[in-house]
Amino acid sequence: MSANPAAAMQTSRAPGVAFILKKALISALVALVLFSLMIGVRTEAGSDGQLTYWTRFGDLAMMVATVFGGSIVVELLRQWWGPVGTVRIVPPQVTSALSLAGRLVAPVLLIFTFLVPVIFYNERYILDLGILVLTYVMLGWGLNVVVGLAGLLDLGYVAFYAVGAYSYALLAQSGIPYPHVSMVPPFVHVDFLQLGPWAFWVLLPVSGILAAFWGVLLGFPVLRLRGDYLAIVTLAFGEIIRLVLLNWQSVTGGPNGVSGIPRPTMFGIPLSPGDDGLAFKLGIEFSPTHRIVFLFYLILALALLTNWVTIRLRRLPIGRAWEALREDEVACRALGINTTTTKLTAFATGAMFGGLAGAFFATRQGFISPESFTFHESALVLAIVVLGGMGSQLGVALAALAMIGGFELFRGLDQYRMLVFGMAMVLLMIWRPRGLIGHRAPTVFLERNQAISSDLVKEGHG
Amino acid sequence: MSADHILSVDHLSMRFGGIVAVNDLSFGAERHKITALIGPNGAGKTTVFNCITGFYKPTSGSIRLTHDDGHTIQLERLNDFRISKQAKVARTFQNIRLFPGMTALENLMVAQHNALMRASGLTLLGLIGAPSWRVAEKAAIDLARTWLERIGLLDRADDAAGNLPYGDQRRLEIARAMCTEPALLCLDEPAAGLNARESAALSELLLSIRANQGTSILLIEHDMSVVMEISDHVVVMDYGVKIAEGTPQHVRDDPRVIAAYLGADEEEAIAVMESGT
Repeated sequence: MSANPAAAMQTSRAPGVAFILKKALISALVALVLFSLMIGVRTEAGSDGQLTYWTRFGDLAMMVATVFGGSIVVELLRQWWGPVGTVRIVPPQVTSALSLAGRLVAPVLLIFTFLVPVIFYNERYILDLGILVLTYVMLGWGLNVVVGLAGLLDLGYVAFYAVGAYSYALLAQSGIPYPHVSMVPPFVHVDFLQLGPWAFWVLLPVSGILAAFWGVLLGFPVLRLRGDYLAIVTLAFGEIIRLVLLNWQSVTGGPNGVSGIPRPTMFGIPLSPGDDGLAFKLGIEFSPTHRIVFLFYLILALALLTNWVTIRLRRLPIGRAWEALREDEVACRALGINTTTTKLTAFATGAMFGGLAGAFFATRQGFISPESFTFHESALVLAIVVLGGMGSQLGVALAALAMIGGFELFRGLDQYRMLVFGMAMVLLMIWRPRGLIGHRAPTVFLERNQAISSDLVKEGHG
Repeated sequence: MSADHILSVDHLSMRFGGIVAVNDLSFGAERHKITALIGPNGAGKTTVFNCITGFYKPTSGSIRLTHDDGHTIQLERLNDFRISKQAKVARTFQNIRLFPGMTALENLMVAQHNALMRASGLTLLGLIGAPSWRVAEKAAIDLARTWLERIGLLDRADDAAGNLPYGDQRRLEIARAMCTEPALLCLDEPAAGLNARESAALSELLLSIRANQGTSILLIEHDMSVVMEISDHVVVMDYGVKIAEGTPQHVRDDPRVIAAYLGADEEEAIAVMESGT
């Protein structure tokens, strides 16, 4: 009996061998043609200016052999772990163990995250990296509402991040403007309410609301657009916001940015050395790590808030309407769903979380400039959402960890870092074309809470 | 026009550039009855449907919906989602348009969007998990369960809609339309692609909807066995105009209908038309 599965595997794989070899040969041939001139022949100017050359057939043979072998490995990976219906080499016991482990990933990860500042208290680098990863987790979860749930491809998400950051930075420095009437002309004056140590806590929701407002503003013109067109307009919107920040010097400081942004306080108590600081009040010795740890828990709380709200919204009619919109917009209209407000709420919700993350970014850095809000950031956050599996909360968190943390991990590889990173992403996309966690969990069930295969779930058209 | 019409279509015309898809069409759908709209391919039936359900704006003519309480709505003035939300007209599609990545139950929950939106206090009450929202959500699940039971899909409630067999998907789409609690249900070829047994089950479902919910039904259909069995009234279209109307029996014997379906050549058809008038 034990020989049977092996034999079955053999027969099912047999026709593939010729195919794999053929493909590898073609790749090797292409490599030979390409590299014969690039590597095979080395030319240089000689001592008298004449052209000298020598051959390096050994290196050439090695390159071609590497391509041949690599091509076979990639094909085998595709055959064994690929999404197409081929024989799986993983036995069912391992699969069930893996699914159990899969269910434990989220709680274990959460507990570990809570303990990070305790374990790595003295390692400033790890704490800073943790804060960075959590910021991107939050951004990924925010964008997930727009891209993953509502299926609206947004390439300008960084605009809302910027709006949140600048809202906090500018309002915290000037205070909140409010008009009041007086007897002196011009009778209506604008005063500024200074917030003092409470600035961050008051302005955090304000930043979120302002970003949501800009989300709605972006939403209106793009309501009729779908797919590529939507992506282009959102991309342009991101650039417009950045260029306005860069050129409106009198307000935003232009390329010099805004500096001296107030640091967050622990609900009014500053985390600074001195008599009114937290350390003094608690009677412990001051350490700059206190603020880092506080920032870590702050962004963790914000990210978890994002997660909690998103999970709740998915189970409410608005969240189901977002997902239905991703599946079939025409059917939504036939069911009496107002697609305009549904899209706008998705944009506003995603933008609000982006704005909250932006306010956090500003208070953490203490300095912001338009350079922090380039298209690169939008692309990175979008990559996190796509890599994680669109719509999956855990997938996005894992992808943020892999993208930001993994990138740091490869720092030792110097100039090969990008190469290794790119290769890892290509392999991942071969192995998991719909992201780390591609299946969809239903929002409501009668008997069985079973995941829906990614083949059925649509990505959305717009 | 003495009959009690829930839907009255008067002098409806729809032009796409130079092409006249529907030309001066008038007919009515009686309350609590099943009206069938039939005709050869390209007769303009789906165009009429799209005008009624707000996907097209008619070039001219009026479409009037009269609710049970006498309240009337001009459908050609509403657009898009408001036809379903305010006028209570639900529809299904010729090529099934379920949400394939959502479960059968979720599909029926999405259909109750507007009622649930109100119950969730535009999301705010739902976000904090207010008791009134929980009650409303439970009621919505119960309604969905009732419909799943009626279409015989209760045991597949948690399966993705895209995984269901074709016939089940057709019935689920009708159940989804019914979950919007419509006054008028418009079905675009509900029996297309169904086998004889599934067609019979469909006829039974439509008859039970008329009997139990009292919903008026307007349907486009090619399957004559379904049309003849369940319709109370049949309207026949060809080349954008109405060529006959009446009871199924009456329509079946009409020479113009036979000519339209059998594809009589033009002179013959004119002769038939003239002899008929």
